[in-house]
Amino acid sequence: MKSPSNEQMVEVKNLKMYFPITRGLLRRKVADVKAIDDISFEIKKHETLGLVGESGCGKTTTGRCILRLYQPTSGNIIFEGRDISREREGKLKPLRANMGAIFQDPFGSLNPRQTAGSIVGDPLKVHNMATKTDLDDRVAELFKLVGLDPAMRDRVPHEFSGGQRQRIGVARALACRPSLVICDEPISALDVSIQAQIINLLEELQEKMGLTYLFIAHDLAVVQHISDRVAVMYLGRIVELTTSEELYENPLHPYTKALLSAIPIPDPKTEKTRTRIVLKGEVPSPVHPPSGCHFHPRCNLATEECSKIRPTLHDVGGGHMVACTRI
Amino acid sequence: MSVVLDVENLKTHFHTEYGLVKAVDGISFNIDQGEIIGLVGESGCGKSVSILSVMQLIQTPGEIVDGKVMFEGNDLLQHEANGPEMRAIRGRKMTMIFQEPMTSLNPVLTICRQMTEILELHLDMDRHSARERAIELLRMVGVPDAASRVDDYPHQFSGGMRQRVMIAMAISCNPMIIFADEPTTAVDVTTQAQLLELMKDLVTRLNTSLVIVTHNLGVVARYAQRIYVMYAGRIVESGLAEDIFDNPQHPYTVGLLNSVPRLGEKRGGRKLVPIYGLPPNLIDMPPTCAFLPRCTYKTEKCGKEPWPALRQVGDNHYISCYVDIRGKQ
Repeated sequence: MKSPSNEQMVEVKNLKMYFPITRGLLRRKVADVKAIDDISFEIKKHETLGLVGESGCGKTTTGRCILRLYQPTSGNIIFEGRDISREREGKLKPLRANMGAIFQDPFGSLNPRQTAGSIVGDPLKVHNMATKTDLDDRVAELFKLVGLDPAMRDRVPHEFSGGQRQRIGVARALACRPSLVICDEPISALDVSIQAQIINLLEELQEKMGLTYLFIAHDLAVVQHISDRVAVMYLGRIVELTTSEELYENPLHPYTKALLSAIPIPDPKTEKTRTRIVLKGEVPSPVHPPSGCHFHPRCNLATEECSKIRPTLHDVGGGHMVACTRI
Repeated sequence: MSVVLDVENLKTHFHTEYGLVKAVDGISFNIDQGEIIGLVGESGCGKSVSILSVMQLIQTPGEIVDGKVMFEGNDLLQHEANGPEMRAIRGRKMTMIFQEPMTSLNPVLTICRQMTEILELHLDMDRHSARERAIELLRMVGVPDAASRVDDYPHQFSGGMRQRVMIAMAISCNPMIIFADEPTTAVDVTTQAQLLELMKDLVTRLNTSLVIVTHNLGVVARYAQRIYVMYAGRIVESGLAEDIFDNPQHPYTVGLLNSVPRLGEKRGGRKLVPIYGLPPNLIDMPPTCAFLPRCTYKTEKCGKEPWPALRQVGDNHYISCYVDIRGKQ
C-alpha cells in the first residue's frame, strides 16, 4: 500500500460557505445558512481523508467547495500549491481535469440518455485528452480498470445495476487521471452486499494509481475502514481530526464519543456490553446555531463558558486535533 | 411464552407485465409475546412484502396465493382484506411504523387529528379524552412541549420527531405486535440510537412484540432476540441472535457478515470480502437455490436439486442449504 507522503495535496484555510436566505420581491437577504463555518484542514498526497458527520453538517458542501462548484464566502483553498478559492471559471477548467468526483446517487448522477461509453469518454473529449481514434481504446481501458466489460459500453444507465452504475461513475471520475478524487457518499445508495465491492475497488485503484481521496460519508465504520485520517464535523465545524485508529481508540470530543457509541456493531456480545451515549435533543438549525461551541446544548461536559467561547481546533499531542475547551 | 403470531408457508406473488414475481415464496415464522424479532435482508428480498401480507395490505397486481397467518386462534387470511375483522385488527392489535415518516403522515392534517382518529375509531374515545391521550402518548415518546406541539402539522417536525410521532401512533391502542419497517433508515445515527432505545423501552414496558425489518445487521444485533435472514423471497437462516452472528451457517449470512466494515478495524487490516454477483431478478426464477450463482460453497448437488427446505442445525437454528459449511470458513 502506498503510504501517505508529507506533501500537501490540498490545504483548506479558514473556509466559510454561507448560503443567503432571501425573502420578498427584492430577494432581500434575511439570514445565512452557515453551511461551513470556518474550517481548516489539509489532505496529504496519496492519503484518504475521511469526512464524517450527520446530515446537514456541511460535509458535502466542503467537498463541493474544494471542487469549486461553489464560490466560498471566505477562506482559501490551496490545491497543489495554487490558491483556487478566487479563481475565475475559465481558469478552473484545466484544474478540473485534475479532480474527480464520485457522487452518492448512481441513478441521478448519470445521464439516462447517454450510453455508458460516452459518459466515461466525455471528460476526455472536454479536456482534449484523447483523439477520435484513441478515444475508444481509452474508454475500454477505463471500463476494464473498474471491472466492467467494455462490450457493455453501448448500453444506457438503466440497463445496469446500482453497483455497476457506481462503477461507471468511478470510471468517469478517473478518466482524466486526476490526482484528487472527492467521493461523496459513494456507497450509501447501494445494497449491503454490493457496498464491499465498491470499497475494495476504491482501495485497489488508490494503490494502483496513487490517488488521493476525500471520502465523505455518514457511516463512521466505513469511513474508518478506508481512511488514514478522519475529520468529524458537527454543524459546519470540524470538532475532531486524527488518524482513524486514534479516533476509535481514544476519541476525545464528546460528540465523537456519542457518534461512536451510536453506531451499531453486528455482534450481539459486544453490543450488550457497550454503553450507549444517547444524545439529548437534535442537531440545531445552521441558520441559528447555538452560541459559543455549537455542541454545548447537547454536551454532558458543557459549562457556562462553553456557551460563550468558540473552541479552536488544537493539537493535544501527536497530531490529534480536537475543538473543545474542556479537553 | 406464548406465540402471538404464527405464519405458515406464506406466498405472495405479483403478476407483472414482465412475468410472475414471487416476492414472498413460502415463508414461515412465529413471534412470541414480548419478543423482539429481526427480519434482515437486502432490498427486494421480500421482507416488507412479508409483513404487508400479514396485515393484508397487498394491492393488485400483488396477491397472497397461499399460506396461513394464525393470530388469536384465527387464520387472518380467511378474512376479507378490507372486511370488518381485518379493520378491527389493523391499527389496534397489529400496527406498523414505516420507513419514511414524511410520506406516511398526512401533510394536511394536524398531528392531533391523525392521532385522535385512531383512538376514536378503535377505543371509542370522545374528542376531548382522545386529545388528552394523544398528548400523553407524545410525552411518552419524548416529544418536548407535547401539549402545544400536538396541534402542529407534520412538516413542522424534524425527521426524528416525526418518527417519534409514528411510534406514538403505533403504541396508541396497546397493540399485540408492532411491525417496524426500516424504522431508522431515513434518520442519522445518533437519532437512530435514540429511536431504537425508545422503541425497546416501550415494548418492554407494554409487553408488546416488535418486528424490526432492516438491511442493517448492526441494528438488530443489539435488540433482537431472534433473527430471520431473507433472500429472494425465502427465509434462508433463522435462529437466536447470538447463533446467527457467532455461528452463521448459511453462505449468504456468512457473506453478509464478512462484507460490512466494523467499527474499530484498522486501515489496511481485514480486507472486506464482498458477495460477488448481483441480487437475483425475481422474475421467472430457476427452481434451484437462488443464492447459487453467488455462492462460494456450492456443490454439484446444489445445481440439480430444488431450493432446499429449512433444516435444523442447532437449537432453534435453521438453514436452507444443502452444504455443511462448518469448518470451511
